[in-house]
Amino acid sequence: MTTRKFPAAMAAWGIAAMLTPALAEAQDALDSGDTAWMITATALVLFMTIPGLSLFYAGMVRSKNVLSVMMQCFAITALATVLWMAYGYSLAFEDGGSLNPLVGGLGKAFLSGVTVDTVSGTIPETVFMTFQMTFAIITPALIVGAFAERMKFSAMLWFMGLWLTIVYAPLCHWVWGGGWLGDWGILDFAGGTVVHINAGITGLVAAIVLGKRKGYPTTAMPPNNLVLTVVGASMLWVGWFGFNAGSELAADGTAGMALAVTQIATAAAALGWMFSEWISHRKPSVLGIATGAIAGLVAITPASGSVGPFGALLIGIAAGVGCFFASTRIKRAFGYDDSLDVFGVHAVGGIIGALLTGIFAAEALGGAGLGEGNSGIAGQLGAQLVGVVATLVYSGVVSLVLLKVLDSVIGLRVDEEAETEGLDIALHDERGYIL
Amino acid sequence: MKIVTAIIKPFKLDDVREALAEVGVQGMTVTEVKGFGRQKGHTELYRGAEYVVDFVPKVKIEIAIDSALLDQVIEAVTKAARTEKIGDGKIFVHDLDQAVRIRTGETNSDAL
Repeated sequence: MTTRKFPAAMAAWGIAAMLTPALAEAQDALDSGDTAWMITATALVLFMTIPGLSLFYAGMVRSKNVLSVMMQCFAITALATVLWMAYGYSLAFEDGGSLNPLVGGLGKAFLSGVTVDTVSGTIPETVFMTFQMTFAIITPALIVGAFAERMKFSAMLWFMGLWLTIVYAPLCHWVWGGGWLGDWGILDFAGGTVVHINAGITGLVAAIVLGKRKGYPTTAMPPNNLVLTVVGASMLWVGWFGFNAGSELAADGTAGMALAVTQIATAAAALGWMFSEWISHRKPSVLGIATGAIAGLVAITPASGSVGPFGALLIGIAAGVGCFFASTRIKRAFGYDDSLDVFGVHAVGGIIGALLTGIFAAEALGGAGLGEGNSGIAGQLGAQLVGVVATLVYSGVVSLVLLKVLDSVIGLRVDEEAETEGLDIALHDERGYIL
Repeated sequence: MKIVTAIIKPFKLDDVREALAEVGVQGMTVTEVKGFGRQKGHTELYRGAEYVVDFVPKVKIEIAIDSALLDQVIEAVTKAARTEKIGDGKIFVHDLDQAVRIRTGETNSDAL
């Protein structure tokens, strides 16, 4: 599915609905089964960010910063919700007129015209809007891991608000809202480009612009509580069924297959990372198997509506092994401090998934078929590559400019004393653990 | 009177306590400590980042006893704490000049 069942025609229906409600109701049949599943899926995706991702990240930082990352995830959840209601949803999914290939319009700002009676596909538009909102929440929250333990909270809020507006909303529109990438026939079922490559490349840029944490990489910075991390990773795994199977926007066979391939790829990636580490470092680690699972979830995200079980297995293995090397070797080789491996897991996993989707979507390989206008695997791979490169370039460049501007205006980084003391006390006057 | 200080592996604490009770030791003080000897530390690995942990967790037991009990105490601790692997710990013996039981005012042997 390239446009999340919300093509321009649907927007036109929305206008028709306002003019002639009786006619619109006859055309848009609300399905209670689809609606029930999508309300559930929406809750599952929110559950991924709070508490899933919050715990996953909180366990990996040092104890003096445990609250700061949870605070960042929680505040992003609230901020993205309000911005999505104000204009984000409209920019992403409303028809943008002559600018429609690039960005949506403001016709649904403040959810104007979104009422109890408006329908999107077979579900209430309120449900569609809120489901998409949970994606707009988790994507910026993912970035938090890259600049953990050193960014000013105020700068983080400014950055995330602006980033959601000029990076996330347009990119979401490009792929799902009727924009140009959707027209290219790109296959991105649940957000390999929009969510993961987008967050991953922004994370890398942020890690480089902010600079390394004081003492990195010579000082030991072990995770303060891997129990929290494993609990968080497990919640992410469960919540991801809402993310992937929910992206079908219906309770049907494609959603069922998305559910199955999500489970298969995740398990394969967890094992892939575990065995890679076992072989190269002699011991299988808990942090490793949990991170491998996340890498698999990321990689199957763009593929989940298009590939079959065998494709999922191979995508999972590729993600587990590939992200292991990206997070352990490549990061060390280049020396950037992507603290919690947002790039190594989300960008690398997203790219692996986005490209392999172009192969395993083929019906001959057990997939559901290639995207519109792409007759062969080579053509589909080309479309996938365009999507990957466009995301990397647009998100990377705009994020870089945003961060540089914010750095010169308000400063991005806490001072050295605050960093040494820990952000919990320095920025929030609180401690995570009073033992 | 003697003070016996034993540094042992944490998981051997219960065995040592039982062995000491059997030879008649009436009380002890236990502290969780860190340190290193020939065992050195260990390494931890998180997503490819390797950290050397120099100090290994141990348990320190302090026992105040009559000098007559010293050999039995040393034997009990040695037997109970031994795994024959590196890092089993050490026993130090010091002289003890005076002891007072705070509740009653009893002194020396009566106070142990």
